[in-house]
Amino acid sequence: MTSHDGYQDRWFDREAGPVVRPYALTKGRTLPSGGAEFGLIDVVIATSGRPPEHFRPGPEHRRILSLCRRPIPVVDLTSEIDLPLGVVRVLLGDLTSEGMLRVLSTQKQPVTDQRLLRMVLDGLESL
Amino acid sequence: MDSNPSDGTLSSAGAAVSVPPTAKILISGGFGVGKTTLVGAISEIRPLRTEEPMSDRSVGVDDTRGVGAKTTTTVAMDFGRISFTSGLVLYLFGTPGQERFWFMWDDLAVGAVGAVVLADTRRIADCFASIDYFERSGMPFIVAVNCFDGAQRFEPEDIRIALSLGPEVPIVLCDARNRDSVKKVLVSLVRYVMSTGSRASRVSIA
Repeated sequence: MTSHDGYQDRWFDREAGPVVRPYALTKGRTLPSGGAEFGLIDVVIATSGRPPEHFRPGPEHRRILSLCRRPIPVVDLTSEIDLPLGVVRVLLGDLTSEGMLRVLSTQKQPVTDQRLLRMVLDGLESL
Repeated sequence: MDSNPSDGTLSSAGAAVSVPPTAKILISGGFGVGKTTLVGAISEIRPLRTEEPMSDRSVGVDDTRGVGAKTTTTVAMDFGRISFTSGLVLYLFGTPGQERFWFMWDDLAVGAVGAVVLADTRRIADCFASIDYFERSGMPFIVAVNCFDGAQRFEPEDIRIALSLGPEVPIVLCDARNRDSVKKVLVSLVRYVMSTGSRASRVSIA
């Protein structure tokens, strides 16, 4: 926080926690643009696309992109970046609609894929 | 402008990307039944920040008229993460126990393998809400009875009656602190889910 507004006696300090409300990072939006949905275990990756002229990635967009150079599940990304899940989803929606990020895999239905279930079973039994 | 084929250009380096398979299992049950203990016994625990809508009461106090319907405050929760040598990553999500977190269940449940309902025989009614939820949503679940020290042991069939569970739902006894025991619980769930995969067969594997 800077004090360009001229107030000398701020009533908050560092211990008050972040002063910027989480959704200030999303300009107040609570849902991703374009109706995109990002499940907790969906895997995303940054594309090599450059930002379009009209889009200025903010610091949080850039942090997300740097963490998405390799495929990463949304829940790990959110944990890593330490922003609330809803905020991360909005930022992911921005990046996706600007072509800078892609969803590689998604799981919206109950799991019936026997191959995946077998992998889970084999994994657990090997522990 | 680079040429941009409709798919196949996934990585910035242009090389093929292997997508790690992911799966999740829900760990449910009443408040304080040992969900976090169970998750921690078998997996790496990681933090997650999420949101909860402000309750009607607090909305009244804060007077958010004109601000929009979606007013939230952030809350912290944990999840478990197990990486297998196959590349698969399994996530364990504890469903929040308190009533005000019900809205999160659908988000956690989407695309899950299934659920473990953890039960404590001293407070058996605490897991009714979880069982109702999974029965309604059609998500396969098993019941794991956390056998605390000193807790009276019950036969699984007595628990089945107490919980009005169908004969197909597996009931296992466990110690949520013990890694091997938790492993057996998760294995039971996955085997059960595999057996119900055809949906037509209602095979009991107990």
